[in-house]
Amino acid sequence: MIVKRSLIAAAVLSVCAGAVCAGEVHVAVAANFTAPAKDLAPIFLKKTGHSLILSFGATGMFYGQIKNGAEYDVLLAADAKTPAKAVKEGYGVEGTNFTYAMGKLVLWSADGAKVKDGAALLKSGSFNKCAVANPKLAPYGLAAYQTLESLKLLQAVQPKFVEGNNIGATFNFVKTGNADVGFVALSQVFKGGKIKSGSGWIVPADLYEPIRQDAVLLKNGRNAEAAKAFLEFLKGPEAAKVKQAYGYGN
Amino acid sequence: MHEISLQPVWLSLELASVTTAVLLVLSTPLAWWLARTRSPLRAPIGALVTLPLVLPPSVLGFYILIALGPHGPLGHFTQAMGWGLLTFSFPGLVIGSVIYSLPFAVQPLQGAFESIGPRPMEVASTLGAKPLDAFFSVVLPLAGPGFFSATVLTFAHTIGEFGVVLMIGGNIPGQTQVVSTEIYTFVEAMEYDSAHFLAGGMLVFSFIVLLALSLTKRRMKGASGVMP
Repeated sequence: MIVKRSLIAAAVLSVCAGAVCAGEVHVAVAANFTAPAKDLAPIFLKKTGHSLILSFGATGMFYGQIKNGAEYDVLLAADAKTPAKAVKEGYGVEGTNFTYAMGKLVLWSADGAKVKDGAALLKSGSFNKCAVANPKLAPYGLAAYQTLESLKLLQAVQPKFVEGNNIGATFNFVKTGNADVGFVALSQVFKGGKIKSGSGWIVPADLYEPIRQDAVLLKNGRNAEAAKAFLEFLKGPEAAKVKQAYGYGN
Repeated sequence: MHEISLQPVWLSLELASVTTAVLLVLSTPLAWWLARTRSPLRAPIGALVTLPLVLPPSVLGFYILIALGPHGPLGHFTQAMGWGLLTFSFPGLVIGSVIYSLPFAVQPLQGAFESIGPRPMEVASTLGAKPLDAFFSVVLPLAGPGFFSATVLTFAHTIGEFGVVLMIGGNIPGQTQVVSTEIYTFVEAMEYDSAHFLAGGMLVFSFIVLLALSLTKRRMKGASGVMP
């Protein structure tokens, strides 16, 4: 039995000589893209035989790790700035950064009756706290600030801010009801084409700078072939369908 | 490097001081009970007290977030009392810190009380002292090193508190923006100079304080070398 198993193992290993064999792609995923990334993994596995090892967190944190030697193959950032920086500073492969999703901002409350006309609600101030992501660390936080500036409500609402250091933490504040409302990523509350719980106001795109979420192939990764396959997959129709269901633009 | 506010530093010191004071008051009777009781509840309660050591701070913080929220037991209580929600406030952080540092206050005290044993209290009562009097005049002085450890550990542990604050703080300057999360924010934003400055300052300060406390402790021990 043991001999048979090791023979099989040897056979598999010898077939997998090149990097063409079923590999693992280590992906650093921006917190807001958590749900769609998890949905994409089995589809990608079925299509190519490669598996995705996903890590979720703040883009800034990932970049710090990458600079200090982390062996991610791909970075799916929450912004366009970080992948561009990665290429410039030599961590990302030139020419591989592209926009994999357009982020959409939503003013959301766990209370199903709370948010109808978002702008009016913000103006009225009838909420205990407004959760935002730290604009220095998260593009959705920056977009929230831009939205409020466009509405000329930043000064009025800022005293009620509670800041999460990434969009995931921000979402926790609102989901648990500790903050009545918050600016979160539409993808966190959108499923199957609609807001699945609570109430939300999808912020009109002209109120904030577009949130281009860029991907980039990283030099220090372990499996470049599989990683490139994943980046191609991201540009394809299956991925587009998943992204749309989660409220991302393309 | 732009102007860095030292407000997070003072806030952290304030939080650590308040938490230590609250915990010393709460932990003394609890540790005494744990040291002396023969009740079957001793083991489970002891385990509960140690639980914050085992849970990852972010996980602990997450459940405190839920508990303090409008659907949680603490949230229901505070709202019924007219205090609103304690999340994102300094008192809320104190509650989080008390839970987070509880084992660091209880365990040294419990250890000290256990090593004192029942004898001193028995002797005191044969000399006519009432239990409370005996506790304050006999046990407390003997448990000095235990109180010292509990104070230092709780204070230091709360200064370094991070995961819990991240979950329930909301990063409000002057209220919940403590130095540990501020350093982390600087690192994430790649403002390394600011991070180094705050972290270095905290390190130096903490080292001096701990050194001073160590020397004080040694001198205290030396002075009480002779028993009356």
